[in-house]
Amino acid sequence: MATIQLKQVEKRFGEAYAVKPLDLTISDGEFIVLLGPSGCGKTTTLRMISGLETVTAGQILLDDKNVTWLHPSARDIAFVFQFYALYPHMSVRDNIAFPLKAQGETKELIDERLKLVVDLLRIGHLLNKRPGGLSGGDKQRVALARALVRRPAAFLMDEPLGALDADLRESMRAEIRELQLRLKATTVYVTHDQIEAMAMGDRIVVMSAAVVQQADTPTQVYYNPANLFVAKFIGSPGMNLVQGNYAEGIVRLPGDNQYPLPPGWQNSITRGENVILGFRPESAHVSPEGMLQGQVYATHMHGSYTMLHLNMEGDNVVHVRADRSQRYPIGANIRFDVDAQMARFFNPQNETALRQHQEQSRMTNDGLAVSNSQSSVSHSQSYE
Amino acid sequence: MASITADSSVNNPISSGRAVARQLSDRAIMNLFIWPTLVLLIAFNFFPLFYSLFLSFTNYRATGNTAPVWIGIENYATILTDPSLWEAFTTTGRYVLFSVALQTVVGFGLAMLIRGKFRGSGLVTTLILVPMMLSPVVVGLFWKMMYNPNFGYFNYLVGMGESGQLDMLASRFGNQAIQGIALASVILVDVWMWSPFVMLLVLSGLNAIPDYLYEAAAIDRASSWFQFWHITLPQVMPLLLIAVLFRTIEALKSFDLVMGLTGGGPGNQTELIAVYLYRVAFLGQFRSGYSSALAYIILIIVIAISNLYIRNLNKIKGEG
Repeated sequence: MATIQLKQVEKRFGEAYAVKPLDLTISDGEFIVLLGPSGCGKTTTLRMISGLETVTAGQILLDDKNVTWLHPSARDIAFVFQFYALYPHMSVRDNIAFPLKAQGETKELIDERLKLVVDLLRIGHLLNKRPGGLSGGDKQRVALARALVRRPAAFLMDEPLGALDADLRESMRAEIRELQLRLKATTVYVTHDQIEAMAMGDRIVVMSAAVVQQADTPTQVYYNPANLFVAKFIGSPGMNLVQGNYAEGIVRLPGDNQYPLPPGWQNSITRGENVILGFRPESAHVSPEGMLQGQVYATHMHGSYTMLHLNMEGDNVVHVRADRSQRYPIGANIRFDVDAQMARFFNPQNETALRQHQEQSRMTNDGLAVSNSQSSVSHSQSYE
Repeated sequence: MASITADSSVNNPISSGRAVARQLSDRAIMNLFIWPTLVLLIAFNFFPLFYSLFLSFTNYRATGNTAPVWIGIENYATILTDPSLWEAFTTTGRYVLFSVALQTVVGFGLAMLIRGKFRGSGLVTTLILVPMMLSPVVVGLFWKMMYNPNFGYFNYLVGMGESGQLDMLASRFGNQAIQGIALASVILVDVWMWSPFVMLLVLSGLNAIPDYLYEAAAIDRASSWFQFWHITLPQVMPLLLIAVLFRTIEALKSFDLVMGLTGGGPGNQTELIAVYLYRVAFLGQFRSGYSSALAYIILIIVIAISNLYIRNLNKIKGEG
């Protein structure tokens, strides 16, 4: 297995950027997820690493070797395609053996390797079938087997579960992750599904509009989003974001709501400035003595809890997780608290997160290995 | 005249036509379409087919003023023991083999060449397709001119323009007769004319191969050569086989091109089975019964060969 390094890698089509200059270091055995909405450049990035797409500028290093201008076949990476890309005219056995046959390996070695991956993925019963007759999950297993059989330096996966239905996706997710941990395989995984990214990645690289927004562990990305985009994109629903104004230790929010600024933030926010308060639905608690209040706009039953949609005023609807046994009539005024530890603040002008001064280490984006000229600049800006 | 299509007019005579059209039931309209076709099919296809089957067991001559007399399988026996017929079969076999093989290779090569999009690829494709749109008789006639030993372009191209020694269609070099040159000339023209057809089918097959298969192969570290043998060729095979099937059937009954070029000569060097049949049926003796039997033998051979191809084709498709 190997390390992968992207140095100022960019891709332009004419004047339009598909990927703006991007730095990323992936360590040996790491599972990196490229996450973002469609058209954000995540697949292009993956294809550039594989060599299926050329770079416009920058360098790609594989195990410290410059592979920027090497053909895909010279890079020793495996690629799992969204729609499997199995060879339709070959049996499953021939599909899996293809990379070895293409290298002119001996029959003994092919048989031995084939047996290993077939056992690993439990697809022995499929060997003589053709891909056309397989279910989506089996197709994906065969595609994985074809990638595994070669023992490549790294795995690249382009939405490998995108074409599967929800149940299967969940079990395949676990299967892939388990396999990756067992093989300690350096893996770059592209998805637009933030749940998948949270569940699988050692680190998540959130991309939007050709730019890396944040690159960090799932926990950091979830609880300390670098900017408004990440805050909204991660989580379902995303982080609640309410615009307010700070004065005298209090953030004034719409609907005459007042939220006392939690300790540690005083030095980050200037009096009289606008600021955006962000909090996760599960960081808010319904309580009669709560400092904030909103009108019930909708209630969604989620099984183990009820999601309240509370209208604070105007268009400021926040989601609050509440006890499922309570009844919340539409239109009722509900008071709630936001966990002081979990409140986050954002600069409404440049849309980036503010840093808590006392606990700087916790708030700092520790994924500095990944940054992107734009976000790294805005990221370090505090708000004083 | 009942105007069936008149539907926008309000004039009386025509609206009565509309009434007629409305009265026609679906079944009546169906019959109107089917019967003319059926009558023509029966008159020009089915009747001759079965009548000639009957004639093949008689000694009938179209020019003789006598009714056909049943002679059993005598015609078939005579044909299958006639050495000159076997010669015609051998010539045809050679012609089909070389002609189809070369067309396949050249057609495939052309398809691979113009596969990628490039400036003017549409124009180039159209130009390559021109030969197969021409009438075989026309092609035969102008290639005859091209092969002319004195002023033909062909001799000039192969560097024999000055001497006028080489006469392709007469199978002669100077005073020396060389077997096979005439047949090769005919094959060359057939390849020139029909390679584009193979190219067209192969090209559509090539364009149907999804790019991701090649991407997957590149990732799997397959060389271009390996990709060709293991992806391109198997993917195109069904269409290639269809092209070969069509060309084989056509080549087996090849007639007009040969007539235009050599008329079967010199001697019987280019006398394909269809030319032989034509000679027996319509020149000199008009042995209609005998030639019907011969036509049936050819028909059976064509059907047998086609079936072999189709069986292979189904096998490949079944695997795909």
